[in-house]
This record gives sequence, structure tokens and C-alpha cells, in this order.
Amino acid sequence: MQTGRLYPTFSVQALKQDNMRSDITRIRWHGRGGQGAITAAKIVANAAFVTGYEGIVMVPSFGTERRGAPVSTSLKISKTKINDLSPTENPDIVVVLDHMLLDEVDVTAGLKEGGLLVLNSPRQLQDYQFKNLKLAIADVTTLSSEVGLKKGIVNSGIIGVLARAVDLVEMSVLAKEIEAEFVGKKPAENAQSALLAYERTVMGEM
Amino acid sequence: MKKIESGNVAAALGVKLAKVQVVAAYPITPQTPLTEKLSELIEGDELKAEYITVESEHSALAVCIGAASAGARAFTATSANGLLYMSEQVHWAAGARLPLVMCVVNRGVGAPWTVWNDHQDSISQRDAGWIQIYVNDHQEIIDTVIKAFRLAEAVSIPVMVCYDGYYLSHTYMPFDVPDEQKVDTFLPEYQYKHTLDPQNPENLNTVTMPFARPDRDGVTQPGYMDIRHNLHEELGTAIPVFEQIDAAYKEAFGRGGKPIMSDYRCEGADYIVVSMGSLANRIKDVVDELNDEGVKVGVLSLHLYRPFPREQIIAALENAKGVIVIEKALSYGNEGALFGDIKAALYPCEKRPFVHNYIIGLGGREIKQADLYDSIKASCTASENFEDVSRWIGLNR
Repeated sequence: MQTGRLYPTFSVQALKQDNMRSDITRIRWHGRGGQGAITAAKIVANAAFVTGYEGIVMVPSFGTERRGAPVSTSLKISKTKINDLSPTENPDIVVVLDHMLLDEVDVTAGLKEGGLLVLNSPRQLQDYQFKNLKLAIADVTTLSSEVGLKKGIVNSGIIGVLARAVDLVEMSVLAKEIEAEFVGKKPAENAQSALLAYERTVMGEM
Repeated sequence: MKKIESGNVAAALGVKLAKVQVVAAYPITPQTPLTEKLSELIEGDELKAEYITVESEHSALAVCIGAASAGARAFTATSANGLLYMSEQVHWAAGARLPLVMCVVNRGVGAPWTVWNDHQDSISQRDAGWIQIYVNDHQEIIDTVIKAFRLAEAVSIPVMVCYDGYYLSHTYMPFDVPDEQKVDTFLPEYQYKHTLDPQNPENLNTVTMPFARPDRDGVTQPGYMDIRHNLHEELGTAIPVFEQIDAAYKEAFGRGGKPIMSDYRCEGADYIVVSMGSLANRIKDVVDELNDEGVKVGVLSLHLYRPFPREQIIAALENAKGVIVIEKALSYGNEGALFGDIKAALYPCEKRPFVHNYIIGLGGREIKQADLYDSIKASCTASENFEDVSRWIGLNR
């Protein structure tokens, strides 16, 4: 009988990273189960697709999901088709829907040097001490109640912060996609929340 | 209409367009969102079908067998241990020659429990007499579900459409939803030859003798072995039928052309990687990298696993120096299941390429691009005494 043998040690080729395609923009979203991080990523995915990106893959964290527990979703965007459907390890951008997650999850794990961190937080830029990254902050939680959303609805607003910080997709296209996603669930207010967050975003490099 | 949705939703929309009349399914991760979407579509009257809730997968397929026997277009879906729980009915559906379609959302099999992806569940059912098709992305899911009904009905053999749990079922990507009226033309209502009819009662699939014997009218009726031989022979004819159906689909919708297997950079390649499902797409990136380095390697994505397209496999691989089979399932105690099939197919070839085997990603074990690269490169540069064994990639040690 022939049996499988342990995989022999080949000289491990030092690859650039675990991904071979530099044409792909990788965004990792961190939120809590039920907070709508997947919906937010889906809105950006739709807007990117409308903009002309053909390669769009959104990969929710595989496995079980509980309300309130930290969850993450990867969104990969490229002009051409994407073949690797695994969650992204080395994001260019990390989006965090709840600043309290910073105490629970290493949200910047694998974030590329000089990468972008998009954060919903009531704190100021100078309250944070990260190394080698760009930071974009807005108090989305407060802003979204200002426009009349129920407390804690931040998944539309955070999109405005992302749109302000990176020139991936136009804010106007995103606003349209937000309205389409939230049909029957205060679409105008959700779009307004993103636009307000877009205006109030503060950015810095550290 | 283009849409960004999950693979499970792509499958559900394909089932909706196929205008199935009966859905019976039992939820199991990672298939659950597919059945949820179908029940939503039926509840909202967007799909005029009967959703029959059942207490198990065995009953789910039994209901579909009953529905199809009565002439209804029926669908079910499952994963992993759910598929194994219905296994007795899986064999029955093929023997009874019922044109069912089932999505198997591929997941590793317990014990120990895993909800994550590999291909062991559907591979373990490869000998049941169903047609098995493995797809690589959401577009292929929705297109193949529609084609699968036409294929099943054309050859009276049930079809499994297998797609990777999580990698495809739960990821979102853009795909085109075919036009409903065009699908109606492509897949018209179907009338079965043998349906249960109270006006014309008959026995179906009763105890059948080992030998052929005359019935009450004196007509010689086949024995069990003859009936099973028919199934085997007609599985073979399903290959050209599937090609014709795919051609008709391409004519109507502009997509398709490689229903049996699709090749990427295989022309003139010295080495060809063979794989199935979303992994085959992923290997394209590795193949690109290796070609940039001057290694002439391509990847062949096998879609039709049963019936096994022996002739097409030989034509695609016989001129290569080496074949590298990377798969997510195996025949325990022997070797990779696909590996064994490929080797057997190539055995009669005069100039036989070497065939190497890698087992990867069982139970959702992370598949590293670097591991794929190292393995494929190792095979492409292997010396003659490279041992003919199944190599496990990514073990914790």
C-alpha cells in the first residue's frame, strides 16, 4: 500500500509576500457581529464595480459569527479578475467601525508599511500612537445620530471617512450605492451620514 | 443584469430561473444561506414552487425523488455530513434515473467536526452514478445550475453541482444574472416519460432479478445488471450531451465553451497542473509567476469529474512532460482520488508524463500561495527519483 508521506522540505522560496498581484487593493474591515461591516464593504464593492473595477472579491471571516463579537471582512479590488479568494493577510487599508476594538483585536496586523487606517472614534488624531501609517478619523457614532440615525448605526458613515482618505471611489457614487442598499431603512439619512463624515474627517501621518 | 452577491445567492438565483417546482432541503453550514434565499423567494412568490421542510437530508432527497417521480422539477442542496446522511437516497436517485439537481456546497467531513472547505464530501459520492460538476466562480455557479437541469433531463441522470464552501458560498463577487425569458427558451418545461400517474398505475424500481426475464406480456425485461449497465453507458453519453447543451447556452448567453475542463496557459506547456474548483483559479496566479521565470506550466481546471472524461484528459495531458494534481480530497489509505483517476487515464499513453500529487487545504487549512508555488516548482524541476507518493502541503509540524 502506498501512503502519503510528510511533505519534504523544499528550499523555501522567499516570496514578496503571500500574494503575487500588486494590482489588487486590499481593504480589511473590522467591526462587531451585527454592526454591518459586511454591508459597508458590499456598498464599497458595488460602487467600485459601477466605477469600472472588474475584479471585486469580498471575503467575510469564515466560520461562526456572534452578535457583538469582533468580525472582519476582506475586500479586494482590481481592474481585472481576482483569483485568490482567501482572506487578505496584508491589507493596504484597514477600516475599523468601533474604536473600542483596538483594545481587543490587533487591527493593524499585516497592514503594509505606510498603509491607511480608517477609524470611527470620538478621540483626536494626537491621542493615537501608531507607527508608519496614515490615519483617518471621524466620530461617526456622533455624526450619524446628528443626521437622525439610530444610535450605533455607523456602517454608512464610515464609508465617508474611507472615501475622504483614499481616491478609490467617488463619494457621489458611494452615496448613491448607500441609498440603494438602505432602501426602506432611512436611505437619505444614511447617505447624509457618510457625506457629513466625509467633511469632518481628520487625517494625519505617523 | 450584473450583481455582486454571494455564491449561495448565485446558486439560488439559478434555481429560481430554472423554475423548479419543488425544493426540499435541510440547512447545513455552509449551504444554509442558499436554502434561506430559496425559502425567501418562494415565500415572496418570486418562485412559484413548493418548499417542503424536512427533518433530515435523507428526507430532503427522498422528497425530491418523490417529486421527480411525479414529474416535477426538483432541487435540493447540502454539504458534508448532510450529503453522507442522504447517501442511500443519492444512490437511489441515480439508479431510478431521476433528473434531479443538487448543489453540494463542499465542506470537510467529520470527525472531527469542521465547517470549512475541502472536497471529501462530494468525492466520497463519486461512485453513486450521478454526474458531478465542479465550478470555479459565481458566474459558473449560476450558469451551471441552469445547464444542469437541462443536462439531467436530457439523459435522465441526476446532477451534482459542487462549489467550494466559504471560498465561493460566502464570498461576494460580480456575476451576470441571465435574462429570464431567454432561460425559459433554453430550459423549457419538461415532460417525463415515466411519471407516477393514478390513472395509469405502475410499479417503479421493484425488486429486480439478477437475470433478464419475460414480464406478464411475454416481453423480456432487463435484470439488475443490465439496468446498471445502461446507467454506466448513458453516463458516458452525457459527455457529448453536456457539450451540446453548453454550446446552446453559449449561443444564447455568450458564456461557456469549455464545459468539461478549462485550460489556462496549457498550450505548449511542459508541465500541467490539474485541479478542481476555486483552487484551480487560484493556481492561475502561481502559473503566471512561474511563466515569468521561464517555467512553461499551465493549469487545467477539471469541471466534469463524473462521468470521467478520459479521452479529453488524455488529449489535454499526453504531450506534457509532467502532470501535477493538486486536490482537496483523497481515497484514505491510498492516494488523491483525482490523482488515481488521472494516472489510470494516462496509463495507455505511449509517452506517459510523470504524475505528481499534492493534498492541500483539508478542513479549510490555509492554502498559502507560497506553498503552491514551491510545490509546483519542485515538481517542474524534479529529478527522476522524485517519489510517487501523495505529498501533504501545509501540515503543522
